[in-house]
Amino acid sequence: MLLFMKTKLNPPARLLAGLVMLLTLGAGQQPVQNAAAPLANPLGYGIGDAVANFRLKNVDGRTVSLADFKDGKGAIIVFTCNHCPFSRAYEDRVIALNQRFMSQGFPVIGINPNDPAAYEEDSFENMKVRAREKGYSFPYLADETQEVARAFGATRTPYVVVLKREGDKFTVQYMGTIDDNSQDAGSVTHRYVEDAVNNLLAGKPVGLNTTKSVGCAIKWKTV
Amino acid sequence: MISSVIRFSFLLILLALAQRATAQQVRVVKWPELQTLMSQATDTTYVFNFWATWCKPCLQELPALEALNQAVRGQKVKFLLISMDFVNQLESKVLPLVRSRKLTCPVVLLNETDHNTLIDQIDRSWSGSLPATLIINHQKNRRKLIERPLNFNELRVELTPFL
Repeated sequence: MLLFMKTKLNPPARLLAGLVMLLTLGAGQQPVQNAAAPLANPLGYGIGDAVANFRLKNVDGRTVSLADFKDGKGAIIVFTCNHCPFSRAYEDRVIALNQRFMSQGFPVIGINPNDPAAYEEDSFENMKVRAREKGYSFPYLADETQEVARAFGATRTPYVVVLKREGDKFTVQYMGTIDDNSQDAGSVTHRYVEDAVNNLLAGKPVGLNTTKSVGCAIKWKTV
Repeated sequence: MISSVIRFSFLLILLALAQRATAQQVRVVKWPELQTLMSQATDTTYVFNFWATWCKPCLQELPALEALNQAVRGQKVKFLLISMDFVNQLESKVLPLVRSRKLTCPVVLLNETDHNTLIDQIDRSWSGSLPATLIINHQKNRRKLIERPLNFNELRVELTPFL
């Protein structure tokens, strides 16, 4: 499946492959030795893919687009929200990521993908309150149509995608979780996002570019 | 009068003891223990449900799991609800919920923090979102992970081929 992720497929082919994958998983004939390789987000961007520009409303009332970050080296996209205990456990670490990497050209862009009808805590008004209380130094955007989360193949919060900018193109370099200990920042041994960004800053390959975590499933709007 | 007070207190103590006896305990487990359980060569079908008290769809799914557990009584099926809550919320969140809902399926709390490693060890097709249900029958060489909340009928349909 890593092969699949690395293979450049045009969007319809990717969609088809994803559907085939889902159908295969649904067939209930998986071997006991789970040989099937991981595919966290069958329909979203893969490593190396160029990302489409997006424009979302920020808690300060202004609209922020990815293209606004054309002077930096990339961006750290963090799908997060107010209500999720995992997002809250990582909140200070997300703030620290921005403090550390914004000045080096990798600012954090927070995006809340949840349907506020499902979680009142995730409403735009409550996003403003949270950003003010915690003094967010980065944009905290509302993905009201959830199109951005879908494009990135996000399924849960928190979920991080590190992008590298070349010209006006942003490409996916890392997707997954922030580090290897959601419960206790003091006991972390692997800082996946930091390592990825540091490697990019050093002009080196990212290394481990996809990780998994338990998180809060994104609540999708019912169509 | 005094004797009735004594009798009443005695009754209260008995009730409290009975309550204690039925109230489910939630054991904290690590991955190796669960792995052993998941890889046992047995003809029993195991239904593992990964959930958390903070996960709304998980809580909505619990009654269906409980009902199916009752419905397949006497068959070789074992249910295990695996809470992914933080271990420091065992007393404050997990136990109160397990008791207020009078859960009859056994519940454990999986205390592992390195999820990137853990999730693939449990099932490589799992992205990590909750709830997730893993059904295993080794003798039938069958295994299936379902990464979404299921209702009673969906659960039954998923379980049937394992029985």
